[in-house]
Amino acid sequence: MNPVTNEIAIEARSLGLGYPGSMQPVLEGVDLSVAKGEFLTILGPSGCGKSTLLRAIADLLPPINGRLSVLGKPAAEARRQREVGFVFQEATLLPWRTVRDNVCLPLQVGKGRIAKSVQPRADHWLELVGLAHLSDRYPNQLSGGQRQRVSIARALQCEPDILLMDEPFGALDEITRDRLNDELLSIWRRTHATILFVTHSITEAIYLGGRVLVLAANPGRCQALIDLASLKDENGVCRRESPQAQEIAAQLRQLLRDGGA
Amino acid sequence: MKRDQLSLLEATILPVAGAFSLLIVWQWVLPALGVPAYIVPTPFSVLRTFASEWRGLIQNALPTWYEALLGFFLGNLTAVILAIVFVYSPRVRAAYFPVVLLFNTIPVLALAPIIILVFGLGILPKVVIAALLCFFPTLINMVRGLTSATSNELELMHVLSASGWETFWRLRAPRSVPLLFASLRISATTSVIGAIVGEWIGSDRGLGAVIIQSTFNYQAERLFAAVLLASLSGIIFFAIVGRIERIFHRLASP
Repeated sequence: MNPVTNEIAIEARSLGLGYPGSMQPVLEGVDLSVAKGEFLTILGPSGCGKSTLLRAIADLLPPINGRLSVLGKPAAEARRQREVGFVFQEATLLPWRTVRDNVCLPLQVGKGRIAKSVQPRADHWLELVGLAHLSDRYPNQLSGGQRQRVSIARALQCEPDILLMDEPFGALDEITRDRLNDELLSIWRRTHATILFVTHSITEAIYLGGRVLVLAANPGRCQALIDLASLKDENGVCRRESPQAQEIAAQLRQLLRDGGA
Repeated sequence: MKRDQLSLLEATILPVAGAFSLLIVWQWVLPALGVPAYIVPTPFSVLRTFASEWRGLIQNALPTWYEALLGFFLGNLTAVILAIVFVYSPRVRAAYFPVVLLFNTIPVLALAPIIILVFGLGILPKVVIAALLCFFPTLINMVRGLTSATSNELELMHVLSASGWETFWRLRAPRSVPLLFASLRISATTSVIGAIVGEWIGSDRGLGAVIIQSTFNYQAERLFAAVLLASLSGIIFFAIVGRIERIFHRLASP
């Protein structure tokens, strides 16, 4: 279990999010504090603004009202300082680059250009996601799970304090997904990053998260924030078969049903 | 389905056999049907003319190649630059893209006399006609290529705080390379066509001039030899672009 500090990584106060030109906000009145080193999973029915929240933190979408601070500064500032990494639902690898060159992309653009030390670090991150032996392949030679691992290695390349993951394993089969979940937890323990992880799966939300944030739709809003610490054993591994876990899963299912209307 | 696939041997031999069958028809069947040699000379007599007049033909091909090459560079360069302007300035694009597309519907044969009128009888009007023919495919392909980055890819560049120049160089440009080379391959042959069309209308040298003069003088063998050389020029240009593309890909992915 990572030590959850008292320092705040992300803070939102009556945050409202929406797309320019649309009258209806996607998400409103969000109050949320995420501590540094925390693993927060975000669950909600479709259209509740889960991805929108991540996009705002990554400075892909400006807030329409309220306040959002990322590591104590505006989201744009945190992005410019390379403190936020983003893993998209699709791996979004550039097909003309090898796996290694894809992982190196963050070092070739923006602030992170330190071209000289590129090679060893790329290999280091690829090793961490278990793909060092495939670094000369092209993305179309990889499976979906491998591609997503490369995109995680690319996000880790900037050594972000905050890692935002937008349903990264949503398109994968369950066995691959389980394995990647365990890998992600071990990466989290090693890097001490703060992770916000959007998912559709209740099981995944319970297994990964230290806390789970449940959003409701129409209008998008925060519905509940549930602490999952009681489910973790002394090593921080989730006892997902325990009666408590079943109970929380049932509770989450009910919340999703109520919030979907 | 498997049974319909050609073996390697068939795939090599059949195209050659097909071409030969047509040449045989041309060499022996057409004369036997009574088509006179001053209208359609036989392949052998064309080759004979080619062998005896190659010096004069090459002398006339040189200005055509020169015009085609200049037109190729001028047309493609203008197209790439304009495509970049269109992609980065939606207003300029909205204002001028439709006009440019409309302009493209004017047949080049109808436009050629106007270009000769404007640019005179020198080499310039031929270059301009060749450039015009290269311009449109490249413009349209480049606009498509440069805008083909997905929104996820653009967002990735934003999260990485890439500058506009970096997004262009690392994302948009590589995305458009396959389409650029596709249109460069088209341009390789159309630039030769453009130069020849220009020479038809106002020139006393070049392959186009030879084609027109030998048509009027009923020198069918020379006409066919000039057409053969024009076609060969297009093929050679095409092969050179293909070669450059392969070298480029080798350099781009070591």
